[in-house]
Amino acid sequence: MTVPGLLARLGRSVLGMLAAVGRVAMFAGAIVSHLFRPPFYPREFAQQMLQIGWLSLPVVGLTALFTGGALALQIYAGGARFNAESVVPSIVAIGMARELGPVLGGLMVAARVASSIAAEIGTMKVTEQIDALVTLSTNPLKYLAVPRVLAATLAMPVLVAVGDAIGIMGGWLVGVTRLGFNSSTYLYNTGQFLEPWDVGSGLVKGAVFGFIVALMGCYHGMNSGRGAQGVGRATKAAVVAASVLILAANYVLTEVFFSA
Amino acid sequence: MIELHGVHKSFGTNRVLQGVDLTIARGTSMVIIGGSGTGKSVLLKCILGLVTPDRGTITLDGQDVTAKGKSGADRDAFLARFGMLFQGGALFDSLNVWENVAFRLRRGAQKLPRDEARAIALEKLARVGLGARVADLFPAELSGGMQKRVSLARAIAATPEVIFFDEPTTGLDPIMSGVINALIREIVTEMGVTAMTITHDMSSVRAIADQVAMLHGGVVRWTGPVTGMDNALDPWLQQFIHGRATGPIETVR
Repeated sequence: MTVPGLLARLGRSVLGMLAAVGRVAMFAGAIVSHLFRPPFYPREFAQQMLQIGWLSLPVVGLTALFTGGALALQIYAGGARFNAESVVPSIVAIGMARELGPVLGGLMVAARVASSIAAEIGTMKVTEQIDALVTLSTNPLKYLAVPRVLAATLAMPVLVAVGDAIGIMGGWLVGVTRLGFNSSTYLYNTGQFLEPWDVGSGLVKGAVFGFIVALMGCYHGMNSGRGAQGVGRATKAAVVAASVLILAANYVLTEVFFSA
Repeated sequence: MIELHGVHKSFGTNRVLQGVDLTIARGTSMVIIGGSGTGKSVLLKCILGLVTPDRGTITLDGQDVTAKGKSGADRDAFLARFGMLFQGGALFDSLNVWENVAFRLRRGAQKLPRDEARAIALEKLARVGLGARVADLFPAELSGGMQKRVSLARAIAATPEVIFFDEPTTGLDPIMSGVINALIREIVTEMGVTAMTITHDMSSVRAIADQVAMLHGGVVRWTGPVTGMDNALDPWLQQFIHGRATGPIETVR
């Protein structure tokens, strides 16, 4: 391929990517603007709180439990190299609250929720249910996307808080049963070194990740191609985009919250 | 009255509509026929505003429906004049049958109380031959024919002025097709609505139509009363209505 041809292809890719970013930004803007304008759909919002929040609890809880336990083992093994085994409770707590709770919770919810939203809305598009909504004087963005995005944004911090608690409990369980920690001392050290902003920053991250998960699910579902293959592609794109954006947003938020 | 003048619509390099001119008088049942991919559904979606035409005008009782800048309320008022039966039914999976039928009645400025909306939904379900026992079922629990009936009940629930039927008998057995065709004809006559039906099922055409228009090559190839269809001289129309493999319409074998 010639150099101009290569440059043209590169330029097309960059322009395509920028156009996609613009479309997602406009979609997000439209959703946010509809959050505050009637009509509101409380029943759909409640259903989504149940679907996204309550039904994600098992997967988030199990992820946090095992992660907390593994974290305790790793910190104990690493800390033993310089006689710092006693930091296990505080590092588990800080690690779960600041990073692992929101990030792993976000990724698990991305896998569970972004995929299901994209598949559901994509199928609705393919089967003309979205067109039917329009003909019935109902804005699909408002009826489908807004309740999902709002529910995910509000439910995710709660999931993160529960995940933090379960993760810390996982660390405590391993610390007490496998590593020989005294139960009371472990819990005392956990509370002693954990500051409110450690937890608060994780909850803010959770809200942002919840927004990202539902936004990607709705965006890719609404822009799904035709047929089973189109819905499959939309589902895959939603999960990949949500996961990558969660990791990128996590870095940005960590820079904003904790950089010196 | 619905009037279309010079309506064009392309998707990429595919020029689907290339200047459609068509008039549907108030209270008549117009059936659009044509082969697969000739733009029948696109034409219907252009009228509803689901697809924006590239060029041309579409008016409903003299008002331009393609005009930009309509407020949400204007658009809702415009759409409230229409009912539509989609090809696959397009029933909402997450709502049960009566909630699907009463969907429009439970929203918007004229929102009805739940009990009143349910009563109307049951009445419309009865009109399409479905008993109250299906009202609390979900669409996935119904047969294809029952889904079409529910979709028809939803289309007439808010007493529209214009009803669109997109391939109403596709996927149904001949007996159920006959039942749906008869229902559509009865409802159109008794409600006095303007109806526009898209189909390539000739038994539907003969059962439903007052007027017929054939879409081919992106334009209306022939239009006239259903009674004049068999004697028309247009070779494209004759090939289509008799299902001949040879003729001016290219076929892939």
